[in-house]
Amino acid sequence: MELLGRQEVWNITYDHALGETASYFFTQIRDNGKIFGRRCAKTNKVLVPPRAFSDETLLPTTEWVEVGPGGRIEAFTFVYEQFNNLPEPPYAFGYVLLDGADTALGGYFKGVDLTNPREAAEKLAIGTRVVTKFAEQRKGDVLDFWFEAG
Amino acid sequence: MSGAKGGGRVGIIGIGQSNFRSRRDDASYPDLVREAVVPAMLDAKLDFDAIDAVVYSLSPDSIVGIGNAERLGVDAVGGRNKRFLRINTGGATGISSVTAAYYHIASGVCDVVLTAGADKVGECGDSQTVLNKIWDPTYERALPLGTINMLAMSAVRYMQRYGMTEEDMAYVTVKNRRQASLNPRAHLRRVVTIDEVLESRIISWPLRLMNCCPQSSGGAAMVLASERFIRDNNRDAVWITGVACRAETYWMGDRMGTNPTAEHAEAYALGRSFEQSYRMAGITDPANQVHIAELYAPFSNTEFHAIDAARLVAKSGESVKRLRDGEFELGGRLPVNPSGGTLCTNAIAVTAMARVAETALQVWGRAGAHQVDGARVGIASGNGGDHQIFGTMVIEA
Repeated sequence: MELLGRQEVWNITYDHALGETASYFFTQIRDNGKIFGRRCAKTNKVLVPPRAFSDETLLPTTEWVEVGPGGRIEAFTFVYEQFNNLPEPPYAFGYVLLDGADTALGGYFKGVDLTNPREAAEKLAIGTRVVTKFAEQRKGDVLDFWFEAG
Repeated sequence: MSGAKGGGRVGIIGIGQSNFRSRRDDASYPDLVREAVVPAMLDAKLDFDAIDAVVYSLSPDSIVGIGNAERLGVDAVGGRNKRFLRINTGGATGISSVTAAYYHIASGVCDVVLTAGADKVGECGDSQTVLNKIWDPTYERALPLGTINMLAMSAVRYMQRYGMTEEDMAYVTVKNRRQASLNPRAHLRRVVTIDEVLESRIISWPLRLMNCCPQSSGGAAMVLASERFIRDNNRDAVWITGVACRAETYWMGDRMGTNPTAEHAEAYALGRSFEQSYRMAGITDPANQVHIAELYAPFSNTEFHAIDAARLVAKSGESVKRLRDGEFELGGRLPVNPSGGTLCTNAIAVTAMARVAETALQVWGRAGAHQVDGARVGIASGNGGDHQIFGTMVIEA
């Protein structure tokens, strides 16, 4: 028998409040091109991105600490597939442990040739030093910065 | 062998699974749920009147595109005027649902519980858009995160720690596809070669297309009962002798950096969950006491850290060589994912239930062409969230 279908689209707009902690983080990125984490007084760990409490101690974090702009690569992937609503491939992104931080921050890697993924993987090997670069025009978003090797 | 505190053990007395395919244009969503429920009820030789409670297995609504689709599911599971509960722990949903059914009985509240669900991921066709939305809108949503990219980064860290190669990952696909070819319910059943895997297009390096699970549609259902009910009604059963679940931090970046508790290369909380379920089942040497494992692994690389976490090898990373040596294939020493596993079939809402169901069928001796000879003790697992929420079970004949 003939089997029929119907197309449905979900398109919902949310206006998310970021809260105090993330608002400070993004304001510092937008206005000063600086990245801040939050220190847990008990473990001394600096959490980046900053959180109002530590998931280890369950205590409020107590202090803003500037981290970076240097850091080391902790993880990466190179995306060659076009996913709906994600950037045009190829692109590289991953996680970086910024100097002074204890947890890694996600972001794009720029300035790496992705023609050959195995060669690119050697250039961005875990442990490679990177520096955070900031866009000239910043709006207070994780896309205001990215990482470059060397 | 310890059992439920509510008085005796909890057994599995009925199993139903549909055939998993990309799309099921002949069946609406509730029809697909019912397609699994009916054979489970026939297997248990029960009428719906005998069911004390229903645990409904349903992961994100936006995969099926129906808000609170458990509403539609109530009729398909005969849930009117019964205890009814929806469970959602992402990819772990199916095993979490069986766990919730277990606790209904172990608590002494119920004697017979049905757990069931279905998914139609093929109708979404865009699961990574949905799965991007599982990241927080505050810090990480603007990044191109999705489950493929997240686990590609786990692969990169595992490569660095243990020397896993792209070829090693291809061996996992080849093994699971060969096993899926024997399982008529599996979605991807075509046997592939190492070269075919290594030549398939790159999605998120190091993951290629054939290292990734498909978007499947299908349903699963299981009937669980108390030991008392099983004895009184003279039912055949296999037994859930170990059950546990564990969660880990949301923050992927916390699984890296300075001395992380849950290293992102590994499946830390999965390991802790297995430890507890083994302790409950009295298993002290899983590598020698377990006969078959159905481990949730939607990407080739994740089967390695699942085998490590289940302690089917002496130390993490050893899984790579042992898999290549054939130890974990059907006919090998300890078959892993003889059904073809999540890599060949992923109807997200019931994938982790299929792990439990397949393990139960194996120790029951009813798995068909992919039966592991002499299997009496099996394990199953499920992973949900961004590699964050895990469930494990030990099932024995």
